[in-house]
Amino acid sequence: MSNYLNHTSGWKSWVFTLDHKRIGIMYLVAILSSFLLGGIFAMLIRTELLSPGQTIMDADTYNRTFTLHGAIMIFLFIIPSIPAALGNFVLPVMLGAKDVAFPRLNLMSFWLYCFGAVFAVFSLVTKAVDTGWTFYTPYSTTTSASVISMTLGAVILGFSSIFTGLNFVVTIHKLRPKWMTFFKMPLFLWSLYATSIIQILATPVLGITLLLLIAERTMGIGIFDPGLGGDPVLYQHFFWFYSHPAVYIMILPAMGIVSELISVFSRKTIFGYRAIAYSSVAIALFGFFVWGHHMFTSGQSTLANMIFSLLTFSVSIPSAIKVFNWLATLYKGSISLAAPMLYALMFIFLFAIGGLTGLFLGTLATDVHLHDTYFVVAHFHYVMFGGTMIAFLGGLHYWWPKMFGKMYSEKLAALAAALIFVGFNMTFFTQFVMGTRGMPRRYYNYPEEFTTAHQISSIGSYIMGLGFVLIASYLVYSLMWGKKAPGNPWGAATLEWSHCPSPPPHDNFAEVPSQDTDPYDYSIVKYDEESDSYHLA
Amino acid sequence: MSEHSKNLAHHFSNTEQQFESGKLGMWLFLATEILLFGGLFAAYAVYRANHPEIFAYAHQYLDRNLGALNTVVLICSSFTMAWGVRMAQLGKQKQLLWSLMLTLVLAIAFLGVKGVEYESKWKHGLLWGKNYNPVEHVEAAPAHGIVGEAAPVDPPEVPTGENASLIAPAQTGPAGLAHTSGEAAKAHEEAPDNVHIFFGIYFLMTGLHGLHVLIGMGLILWIFARSYWGHFGPDYYTPVDLVGLYWHLVDLIWIFLFPLLYLIR
Repeated sequence: MSNYLNHTSGWKSWVFTLDHKRIGIMYLVAILSSFLLGGIFAMLIRTELLSPGQTIMDADTYNRTFTLHGAIMIFLFIIPSIPAALGNFVLPVMLGAKDVAFPRLNLMSFWLYCFGAVFAVFSLVTKAVDTGWTFYTPYSTTTSASVISMTLGAVILGFSSIFTGLNFVVTIHKLRPKWMTFFKMPLFLWSLYATSIIQILATPVLGITLLLLIAERTMGIGIFDPGLGGDPVLYQHFFWFYSHPAVYIMILPAMGIVSELISVFSRKTIFGYRAIAYSSVAIALFGFFVWGHHMFTSGQSTLANMIFSLLTFSVSIPSAIKVFNWLATLYKGSISLAAPMLYALMFIFLFAIGGLTGLFLGTLATDVHLHDTYFVVAHFHYVMFGGTMIAFLGGLHYWWPKMFGKMYSEKLAALAAALIFVGFNMTFFTQFVMGTRGMPRRYYNYPEEFTTAHQISSIGSYIMGLGFVLIASYLVYSLMWGKKAPGNPWGAATLEWSHCPSPPPHDNFAEVPSQDTDPYDYSIVKYDEESDSYHLA
Repeated sequence: MSEHSKNLAHHFSNTEQQFESGKLGMWLFLATEILLFGGLFAAYAVYRANHPEIFAYAHQYLDRNLGALNTVVLICSSFTMAWGVRMAQLGKQKQLLWSLMLTLVLAIAFLGVKGVEYESKWKHGLLWGKNYNPVEHVEAAPAHGIVGEAAPVDPPEVPTGENASLIAPAQTGPAGLAHTSGEAAKAHEEAPDNVHIFFGIYFLMTGLHGLHVLIGMGLILWIFARSYWGHFGPDYYTPVDLVGLYWHLVDLIWIFLFPLLYLIR
């Protein structure tokens, strides 16, 4: 049967494709390659920390390694991961549209991504950046490392991200079928919408910030240079005005995926649909007003500190609303522990830890003690890895049969999920403990008493690495020899499963579905034993 | 498909939906542009609030008349652009071509005037950061306060009257020193520290704006060529409309830049 994969062939049919599904797949390949690269740097960091003092690299190399790990994971992996790869594939199909509003802009966004990645990688092979992924001045303007190529790469990646966001907002506004009001949209689309708003409004500020940094380095413009009357803390304000909302660019789509998975695998309509939808928008808005909590110890005024602390706490309200609604959805549901659901449950557990430890850091008094320690590193990874990465894996396992029309091995998937869960907690829970005891971040050396904790952390990271190797193996295996996937193996009620075969045809829908459906009403699909699939009732 | 005209992409159901999508997309893009400049406006606000003396002093070196001239030029170009959009809607190709041509000419005039201003700043070393190295001669003086001709120092008055001391006060300065007159010379003496910050911000803001003017000119040229080939008419003029929106934004940003940089008190 003709589908988007075999509709046309040859490399040109991919590189110049305007089909959102193919662009999504290309993004998927690109971000997974970046994840591999960033992951290798992570393993190198953990290996260096196996023992105090120099283990496999010197201090300078260590600085470059953690910078590249951070910059690659943030700019090349997490930010585009869910929106640009999974979102690109799924959004128009969920919406009942044939494509995104601007297919050429979509393709350009992907090319810009590749172009930006080239700049970032160029800085890797020349004199690798050693500033940390935040590029704080004045060090970033004085170091001899290739800061310009890395920041220019980040600016270009920013444009790519803006174009994706812009495309999604217009698509959601203008390409919905008439019957699908905003409150009949699946929650994943709500979260992508909120994400896109942040991408559009925050990313340009990162662009101008990094351009100012480049102007500072090349021309000595003096705006961030205290020697010339400039203010280095201004850089921090500029940087976090983007980069704090950016963590919501990373976590919001993850929350959207979890909303889908929890409902589908509990076979129960989502609890508190409107509350979850509104809380996505609330997080997006609040997220713009909390950047100052990164500067509690940078000489910010006490008043500003108090206001930012209060606002930071307010973000926990919409986040908690989501968690409670997911738990209420699970209650008395008919829960099936398929691989995507394992990740969704893992997300709730790990995100709860990540979110609650954020409150420790948002509290002024405790932040003075915890600032720039491993506690921050652990908190960040519980939210970004335990949250976004885990939800990404859940989404990947959920939509894999739709994308490629193949099923993977559930047993191996469960094993890999277990490895990742155990490995992750070993790696990062120990870092909470080390952080409270004063282990500072970004050090390649540490006192003897931290040795055991560091070693547990490193071994945990190897277990996680093993989990990823396993995932990569069975997914690639499924592409070649996997069982053919039915149209709707999970019994979901959103359009991409209920109205669209796996893999989808080139145009998604011959006719846009005209019927008014509730994305979480599971009575519309019935299980058919013969085809081991669900069909419209 | 017969119902699809050649200008309608396959994933839209009708031209109205396509037009509205394009327009919404452009407005969102303009929002990103405002935030891009917003960073520079924020930097301006921070430094002006913390160091008003730098701005009060340095802005005198900008030529108000040229700035005002450029403001008029850009406003006119916005008018010709808007006229062009209307002509495209009405399908009047000839007038459309003329108004686009006029807009381009005005854009070139804007960049020309800007070039004259940049050249004089360059010549006098009024640049950013470490390159700030003002040349100390008459030409470097502020545009609206020429250093007066040297006036002799008044001889000290010999005190008269009963309470006056018999000893004449010392001369206040060596004879022959130029008597200061005009804001300029006064300002010269009182030059605050880090004046280069102003010029850094000035060049960043006007430079980024100038880059946008250049991009706008490229877009107008593209629209001009497509109009010449007869691509636009009452049924389809989306690109003209969108480039028009962009051009108005470029104009609008200058309308903020002019008073903020040139008209400081």
